[in-house]
Amino acid sequence: MKLQKNTHLALCSVLEFAAHPGEQLSAAEIAAKYRMSPHHLAKVLRALGRAGLVRAARGAGGGYRFAGNARRVTLMDVIGLFEDISAPKGAPRRAGRRARPEAGAAAYEVEEAVGVVLSEIDEIAKATFRSITLDTMLKLIERRRR
Amino acid sequence: MISLKKPAAPRGSVPALRVRGAQTADLDQVVEIDAGITGLRKAEYWGEILRRYGGGRQQRFFLVADRGGRIEGYVVGDVRDWEFGSPPCGWVFGIAVRPEARLGGIATQLLEAICEGFRRLGVDKVRTLLARDNQLVLSFFRSQGMMAAPFIPLEKDLD
Repeated sequence: MKLQKNTHLALCSVLEFAAHPGEQLSAAEIAAKYRMSPHHLAKVLRALGRAGLVRAARGAGGGYRFAGNARRVTLMDVIGLFEDISAPKGAPRRAGRRARPEAGAAAYEVEEAVGVVLSEIDEIAKATFRSITLDTMLKLIERRRR
Repeated sequence: MISLKKPAAPRGSVPALRVRGAQTADLDQVVEIDAGITGLRKAEYWGEILRRYGGGRQQRFFLVADRGGRIEGYVVGDVRDWEFGSPPCGWVFGIAVRPEARLGGIATQLLEAICEGFRRLGVDKVRTLLARDNQLVLSFFRSQGMMAAPFIPLEKDLD
């Protein structure tokens, strides 16, 4: 499972918000801290807002604040907003769904077997993302700092 | 998102929680907690676990969280001289807390107590194994700082 750039931006920003619950942070602050493109970040923050993970603050300064529960929101809740996790790329195709290319039967078999292995890796990755909350992630970051 | 039922607000003074070794008199409540979570009543199984892991046996632990006579949760584990050349490690193979008593740090206390037992026996690593769709318990172990171990569980159908 390879994460897209927007997913990385979302994880960085949602962890930043979760680390400062109740505080209002501007998109510019986050973009500067993580050296992100403010343009990309704005799109990511809108998606996080639609998912109810951050709330836009009106008035002078603007900005966003965390609106989730860091002990309940998992990495998968964030990743799932930006990645198509329902059909892993490596998922094996079932026989009959697609006609075998006549000249490539051997390659097809290998591709199918590799798909089984990639699918296994994806399932483990998804289970890992589902088991780690933002709170656990913040603790992990803190432990690695020490 | 992980969802847990919020525990009921405590009424009056609540007896202190004590983690101690399991006894025969605790078995009915342990069976009830397990059955409430898994849907299976396994009185015989838990009787066997008590026989093998109770009574402060060397390298084996069956602990309960007791609040004034009410068993709120349990943990079971042992020290294993692990296979394939790994050094001995602590192994937790069962932990549960009554749903209405969750979010109060009981599982954390149970895990800490069994880990203390493992430390006393000289091991410096604790491991566990559970289904990858068991998000609740996986998240608990993750919140306690546990990470993926350098092992991959494998299985096959026996024809």
